[in-house]
Amino acid sequence: MSNFIFQALNGLSSAMFLWLVAAGLTVAFGVCGILNVAHGSLYMMGAYFAFTSFYLLGINFWVSILLALMGVGIIGFLMERFFLRRLYDQPIEFQLILTFAFILVFDNLSKMIWGTMLIIPNMPGIFRGTVPIVGRPFPIYNLFIIFAGVAMGFIIWFILNKTWWGMKLRAAASQREMANAIGVNIPALFTAAFVFAALLAAIGGALSTPIRVCDSGVGGSVIIQAFVVTVIGGLGSLKGAFAGAMIIGIISALCTLYVPFIELFVLYLIMALVLIIRPQGLFGGER
Amino acid sequence: MTEQKDTAALNAKSRSYRLLWLGALVVFLFILPIFSGDYFLYMVMRMVILCLLSYSVNLLLGYTGLLSFGQAGFYACGAYACGKVLLAGTSLLPGVIAGILVAAIASIILGVFCVRHTAIYFAMITLAFGMMIYSLAEKWVSFTGGDDGLFGIPRAPLNCFYLFNINMETTSAYYYFVIVVSLIAVYILYRILNSPLGLIFQGIRDSETRVSFVGISVKNSRLISFTIAGMYGGLGGALFAPLEQTITPATSHWITSADPIIATLLGGMYSFGGPIVGSVIYFLVKDIVVRLTMNWMLILGIIIILLVLTFRGGVMGALRPYLSARVR
Repeated sequence: MSNFIFQALNGLSSAMFLWLVAAGLTVAFGVCGILNVAHGSLYMMGAYFAFTSFYLLGINFWVSILLALMGVGIIGFLMERFFLRRLYDQPIEFQLILTFAFILVFDNLSKMIWGTMLIIPNMPGIFRGTVPIVGRPFPIYNLFIIFAGVAMGFIIWFILNKTWWGMKLRAAASQREMANAIGVNIPALFTAAFVFAALLAAIGGALSTPIRVCDSGVGGSVIIQAFVVTVIGGLGSLKGAFAGAMIIGIISALCTLYVPFIELFVLYLIMALVLIIRPQGLFGGER
Repeated sequence: MTEQKDTAALNAKSRSYRLLWLGALVVFLFILPIFSGDYFLYMVMRMVILCLLSYSVNLLLGYTGLLSFGQAGFYACGAYACGKVLLAGTSLLPGVIAGILVAAIASIILGVFCVRHTAIYFAMITLAFGMMIYSLAEKWVSFTGGDDGLFGIPRAPLNCFYLFNINMETTSAYYYFVIVVSLIAVYILYRILNSPLGLIFQGIRDSETRVSFVGISVKNSRLISFTIAGMYGGLGGALFAPLEQTITPATSHWITSADPIIATLLGGMYSFGGPIVGSVIYFLVKDIVVRLTMNWMLILGIIIILLVLTFRGGVMGALRPYLSARVR
């Protein structure tokens, strides 16, 4: 039993990374209608930027996270403003292909810049050590990740539901023409929403630097998990993204413990079953 | 009336131009082994196999309006089935047929669930099924060999009821086999797409509602399209297994599914020749860029981005005005 609880907690902490990436994916889809295949690469860039500033330049951990956010924010701005914006009136297939091309570009750029630097930097001082949970040492940092993920959930909820900007965002998501007619600057709002989505991925990436090694293939593997999560929760639903991330994070952690050889299969099976039985996802509205 | 005549004449003329191109291509493919080395033949075979996979993608994308991210799954089904049968010690043809059949069965079973969706949901469910096949290939070690895959797949001789027995060990012999089979396959696909069935597919792409108003079952037609596409993927895989003599789970990964999508897009998804042109360009670009720089992914990515932003019709789409001007 203690194995079970311990592993479930581990799953919960890795679920938080998934949640942050999936939240961004689902915001970009829900508001702008962009299914960003390169969203995992934004996570990767966040991780690399934080790694560079924290490990290579020795800057403070929190400042590093902020710098990573700024860097990815700029990338997100450029992507939306100069590339994705031209495809809003085209079939969604072209978006998928365009953003896939961005994966190739980001993967290659990261290979050029960082090479194959497979290093995990030392944990920042305050997070060193463990706390005993069910009689075993559980890393403090993993607890912090769980806390940070839930806190980000509240922050996103607050921004979307309690601020003026969030209200405009929701208005644009549900009635684009109407929002435009009453004076919401839709193109600017879309750019901002995409940057917001990119930032969520970047936070996930930046927070992962002290515990996960970053290599240039991370973007592809992260996005595929995020797809599983968002599809299970419902494309465009934040609640769904959170629930989906928890389900996937915990199930995959438990599968790793008990039935490691079918872990991947189970994840995709769940995704396929949800698409067959309830295509709008567990928390999605009508399609 | 005269206009009709003109169009008919024009069509006939453009048809003869097309036949000329096609004839030139076939002759070129057949005389190629005389003056080129094994490496180049190998490259051409890889192009041809990518081309089959691209047709598999484009039957769905360009003709039925569905983007599949899981075609590599059927490609792997074909490759593994063919590999297994050849490892059991049969001749070449049963292996290839087994590859096509297994891919067909897999695509019928999975297709029933896939064709109920369109657009993003179709892309997602094909992705899920493709990755399920990937995880099977990776983890079902006793059958698929796990991460190492199947190796030592023989290029079995081609024999048929004691009528003939041709040794396939040499690259050029296998090359002719690949070329002949692929040409037949592409010709069959051409006939399918220009039959009433092909028109139904294109009708579904353009307007699902209208097709269903005529009394045609959209889902069944999509399922037929999906199955044919799966069989072409399977054929590609079945030809790939004896060529490489090794198959790894990577053949079924979704990144592999992206190659034919890119090739189709490069060539042009709304023209029949698109996948051929696209596969050739994709391979040449990759081969040339890989020689010049390690950063071929960057170059390829930039090319795709430019294509999507500017020529969504691909090379064939961009050339179309010039081609038809010459016909006139």
